[in-house]
Amino acid sequence: MDYKNIPSVCSYCGCGCGVLFQVMDGRLTGTLPLKTHPVNEGSLCIKGWNLHEHATSDRRLTSSMIRKDGELQKASMDEAVQTTAERLKGIIDQYGPDSVGVLASAKVSNEENYLIQKITRAVIGTNNVDHCARL
Amino acid sequence: MAGLAAAFGSGAMTNSIPEIEDAACIFVIGSNTTACHPLIARRIIRAKEKGAKLIVADPRNIQLSLFADLTVNHRLGSDVALLNGMMHLIIKNGWHAEEFIAERCEDFDAMKSVLEAYTPEKVESITGVGAQDLEKMAELYATNSPAGLFYAMGITQHTTGVDNVKSCCNIAMLTGNMGVRSGGVNPLRGQNNVQGACDMGGLPNVFTAYQPVADPGANEKFSKAWGKELPDKPGLTITDMVAAMDDGKLKALFVLGENPRLSDPDLHHIDHALKQLDLLVVQDIYMTETAREADIVLAGATVAEKDGTFTNSERRCMKVNKAIEPVGESLADWEILCKLSTAMGYEMSYNNAEEIFNEMTSLTPSYAGMTYERLGLNGIPWPCPNADHPGTPYLHKERFTRGKGKFHAIEYLDPAEMPDDDYPFFLSTGRMFAHFHTGTMTRASKHLDDEQKTGYVQVCPEDAEKLSFKDGEVVKLSTRRGEIEVPVKISRMVKPGLLFLPFHFVENAANILTNSAFDPIAKIPEFKVCAAKIEKAA
Repeated sequence: MDYKNIPSVCSYCGCGCGVLFQVMDGRLTGTLPLKTHPVNEGSLCIKGWNLHEHATSDRRLTSSMIRKDGELQKASMDEAVQTTAERLKGIIDQYGPDSVGVLASAKVSNEENYLIQKITRAVIGTNNVDHCARL
Repeated sequence: MAGLAAAFGSGAMTNSIPEIEDAACIFVIGSNTTACHPLIARRIIRAKEKGAKLIVADPRNIQLSLFADLTVNHRLGSDVALLNGMMHLIIKNGWHAEEFIAERCEDFDAMKSVLEAYTPEKVESITGVGAQDLEKMAELYATNSPAGLFYAMGITQHTTGVDNVKSCCNIAMLTGNMGVRSGGVNPLRGQNNVQGACDMGGLPNVFTAYQPVADPGANEKFSKAWGKELPDKPGLTITDMVAAMDDGKLKALFVLGENPRLSDPDLHHIDHALKQLDLLVVQDIYMTETAREADIVLAGATVAEKDGTFTNSERRCMKVNKAIEPVGESLADWEILCKLSTAMGYEMSYNNAEEIFNEMTSLTPSYAGMTYERLGLNGIPWPCPNADHPGTPYLHKERFTRGKGKFHAIEYLDPAEMPDDDYPFFLSTGRMFAHFHTGTMTRASKHLDDEQKTGYVQVCPEDAEKLSFKDGEVVKLSTRRGEIEVPVKISRMVKPGLLFLPFHFVENAANILTNSAFDPIAKIPEFKVCAAKIEKAA
C-alpha cells in the first residue's frame, strides 16, 4: 500500500485554508486540515472536509467534446484544441480580434489566469478578458 | 474593488486573517460570514472571546448576530445611509481621529458637509435602524481600536456597490483604523482565486498587478516580454460582453472555469445572448449549464490534479500540489492553454507550472520576490517586491498606496428596483453553508448534496401566515424578469417584507429573477435587491 499526504489549498471560498489531500495507491481518498496553516490552523468547514469529493465525483468531465450534428460528442483533447484554434482564427480573420471575448476564472490557478490573459492579448489581440469578480 | 482603489490606491483586503482575533472591535456588514467564510468567522468569534466588541449589520438575522454585542437589521440596500448616519454621529461626538485625518487623508471637508444631513431621524426613515442603536454602533466602532471592518457581496452586489465600498473606506479612515494591525477594510472574496485572477490581469483594462494596458510604459514592457505588439484600448467587461453578443458584435466567447448561465443576472437574457454567438468554447471540470450550450468543451482538471498557486482573500499567494493524475482524458488547464496557444501559431512550451510562475513574477512587481520554494506551506502575502522581503500582512502602514487616503462625499440612492403594489416584497439572493456558488462543485459532492438537496425561499412566519404558506410548500415566486417555483422555508432569519433565495440550485435558479441593473463603475449587477411577488402555486 502506498499512502501519501499532499499539501494543497482548498478551492471553495476566499479563505484559502491549508489542506492535505490523502492519496492511497494513486486514488484520492480524503481531505485533512493542515494543522500549521496560518489561515485555518487545523480546522475546516463542511465544504473543506469534503473537498476531494468534487474531484472524484462521477459528474466529472472525463473527455473533451465537440458539437457535431447538433450534439456534443466525445473528442480527443488534441482534436478539440485544434478545432478551437481553427475556429477562433477564422472568426479573428473575418471580424477582427475584438469580436472575441474571454472569461478568465476565479477558480483556476494564477499560472492559468496569467496564460489566458496572455493568450487573449498576445495571441488573439484583444483586451476583452474579464472574470466573475463582479458576480 | 473600484471603490477601494479610489480611496486607498489598492483593491484588496487591507489586513490579514490571523490578525483578526486581536481586534478590539469587529464590524461585519453585508457578509454572512459563518456560512460563506467559515474559517474567517472562527477568527471573529475568537476575537469576541478575547474581549472584542462585535457589531453586525445585515438585513437578515445571520448566525453571527447570536455572538454580537449589537445587531441591526437595516433595510436591504440602505448601507450608505447607515454608514453616513454612523459617521454623522462620530463627528458630532468628536470620536473621529483628527490627527490621522489631517496628516494622512484628503477631501475630508467635502464629505463632512454631506454627512451633516444624515441625522438619526433621516437615517431611521431610510434604514429602519433607530437612533439609539445607531449611536451605539457609532460609539462601539469609533471608540474601540483597532476596529476591523469586514464585508462581502452584501456590500458590492448593488447598483450603488462602489458607493457602499467607498463609505466603508470613509468610516475606517475617519476613525484612524487604516494602516494598523487588526484594523482596516476587508472585503471577503467569494471565490478561492478571485484575488489571483485580478492580480494576474484577468481584467479588461490591466496586465498583472494592475499595470494599465493603456499606459505606454506598461504596454511596451509586456509587448517586449511577449514579443508581440499588444492592444492598448481597454476591452469589454463581462457585462459589456453580454450586450455585445446581443448586438452581434461579439462572435466568439471562450469561457474558462465559469458558469455564466447560472451566475449572471437575468438568465433569460444571457441565454439569448449566448445563442447569438458563432462559437462558444467552455473549458471546465463538469458539464455545467454553460458547457451544455457550447460548441466545444475542453476537459480541465481540479485543484487535486495540478500544480500552481492560488491567492486568497488576504493576498496570500499559496502553492497547490498535484496529488493525483487528471481523471480520464482531462488535462491540467495550463497544459490545455499552452496547446491552444501553440495551435493558434504562438508557441508556448512551458515544462511545468513553475516556469509560468517565474515568467509572471518577472513582470509583476507585487509578486517579484516570490518563488515556489519561498512560498512553502504558508504562502506569502503581497506586496513582496524582492527576494528578501517577507511579504505584507497589512497594507497602508505609513502611507496609502495612492499617497493620501481619499474621502468620498457619498449621497444615499435607492436600489434600482423598490417594492411596489405589483411586486411588494424585497428579494435578496446569496449562499447557504453547505453549497458554493452555482453548485457545480458542491452538488457533485455526496456529503454536501445530502445536507441540502433542493433550493428554497426563506419567508418569515408572519408573512407565511398571511399568505397561508406551510413549511415546504412549493410556491410561485416572480419578478419582472421571470418566475420560478420553489419550496418555502419558514425562517426567523428574514423580517416581514423580505425574502431570501440561495442561488445554488439550477431547478429554481435565482438568476431568472434577479435584476441585471448594475453599478455604473464596477459593473456589478444588483443581485442583492429586487422587487418580487410570492403566491400559491397554481
